[in-house]
Amino acid sequence: MIDTLIWLVALPLASALATQLLPRYATAIVISTAIATSINAAALLYAVATHGVMLYQIGGWTAGLGIALRADGLSALLLMMAAIVLLASSIYASAYFNDNPLRRRFWPLWLLLWCSLNALLLSGDLFNLYVTLELLGLSAVALASLGGKTAALQAALRYLLVGLLGSMLFLAGVTLIYAGYGTLDLATLSRVVAAGPIAWSALALMTVGLLLKTALFPLHFWLPPAHGSAPAPVSAVLSALVVKATFYLVMRLWLDIFSEVVTPQAASIPGVLGAAAVLWGSWQALRAERLKLLAAYSTVAQLGYLFLFFPLLQALPAGAARDAAMGGLVILALTHGLAKSGLFLAIGIIQQRSGHDTIRDLDGTAQRLPATTFAIALSGIALIGLPPSGAFLGKWHLLAAAFSAGQWLWVVVIMIGTLLAAAYTFRVLGHAFGQQPYPRHPVTIAAEEWPALILSAFATIGLGLAGAPVWQLLKVSL
Amino acid sequence: MLTAHWLYGLSGCLIMTFGLRAVLLNDSLLQRIIALNVMGTGVFMILITIAYRGPDAAPDPIPHALVLTGIVVAVSATALALTLIRRLTEEQDND
Repeated sequence: MIDTLIWLVALPLASALATQLLPRYATAIVISTAIATSINAAALLYAVATHGVMLYQIGGWTAGLGIALRADGLSALLLMMAAIVLLASSIYASAYFNDNPLRRRFWPLWLLLWCSLNALLLSGDLFNLYVTLELLGLSAVALASLGGKTAALQAALRYLLVGLLGSMLFLAGVTLIYAGYGTLDLATLSRVVAAGPIAWSALALMTVGLLLKTALFPLHFWLPPAHGSAPAPVSAVLSALVVKATFYLVMRLWLDIFSEVVTPQAASIPGVLGAAAVLWGSWQALRAERLKLLAAYSTVAQLGYLFLFFPLLQALPAGAARDAAMGGLVILALTHGLAKSGLFLAIGIIQQRSGHDTIRDLDGTAQRLPATTFAIALSGIALIGLPPSGAFLGKWHLLAAAFSAGQWLWVVVIMIGTLLAAAYTFRVLGHAFGQQPYPRHPVTIAAEEWPALILSAFATIGLGLAGAPVWQLLKVSL
Repeated sequence: MLTAHWLYGLSGCLIMTFGLRAVLLNDSLLQRIIALNVMGTGVFMILITIAYRGPDAAPDPIPHALVLTGIVVAVSATALALTLIRRLTEEQDND
């Protein structure tokens, strides 16, 4: 049972090497690895739900010198979301890159990204987190640069520099932690951390580094060009998973390890920045001329919602209300991951079929690609937060937390953000419908349209109607 | 009292700050990448200073292991950055 932990990291890594050595069988290797890793993630989720926290010490070395992998409810949920997104995107990519020589360079990096993402979610100490952050960042940059045009390369370079600066600040914070407390183990740290200059400056350094990588307003400047110029499956994974991985770390630090150190004033900083991100990101998404930029700015806005939870969770005392809000935060993050990857995959289909993604010239897309347009509509429902999507549950708990903490101002931000999200979704759909007759079969390109549809449907219907286990699983924590 | 321990630690902090300043304020890509490496050297120097446990005791091995890993990461990241810069200049020459 415990072995699922090591296989979640080892299998994508071994397969990444295999695709490099045997490029002819790469697609078969990737798809079978994707299926096996998804089953593994589901097994881990089940194991955490039934047995509690899972721990694996590589080579039998104990914490300190050795590398320990551990999974609690939060990391198991994110691993499962990543597996669903990556499985669907792998199937999509096998059709998207057909005969393309890019494919040869794409698959090894793709699996390496999966490997480092899983390793990051399973790491239990700060230094391994630094290493996995770097691995994730490097493979993400290499994937983003695959477009190969000047704009894509420029965006990838800026992404790389921002990522390196972020990790360097994170490492400086880690250094302070080791100097102050003599340990890097997260579980030990959460017991020994005390309010004081060391904890504050270490938390500040690590947080600035991570927020740079999470693209929280005003540190989001690099995200729209990087996510907007990458190939579609890469954009999907960057927006859905890579920024979530660093967000997961911020969450662990602020809400778990340093929760005693964080003051109400400090917690209001991510809240205010999040509110600015919601308003600015949604407004830019509404004004975007290209679909991909719309989706990228919508990511900036949706990340903002996640940070609105910080001041509320800080204000609420431990208990039922705080647990409910915590579940709302996680389900909002999960829904956004599934919906945004579905949206980017659908945009990729439109871009490949019509040669552009200009919103004004979408006329008739609903008739030419009905299933793709439906996927965009479904993911739009999740981005707005209409019922029955998971985001509806998330926003409901966000509002409930704002009411019970007596912090009314956030409610206004949530309302405006939701209205703007509805406006940018309906703007796309409005342009997509034309006068032509509908085709007989709605799904025209099965390998690309089904993954997009399934991801969006999962976000809108799956998580909304079957979201209750999320709250159960979050009770299992380190 | 300024012992050697403090001298190394404070120099590390200074080098890190210089690197950070250059990353933020420079326009040239190449200079920014070098500045990131300088910043990294500062952080590594602080880590090595932390490992010191007095003249008689052996140094703490963990920060040393961290520095070694950090150097490997920094070298690979620099290599990727340089490759990207070269491809970018090639693309711009073609245009």
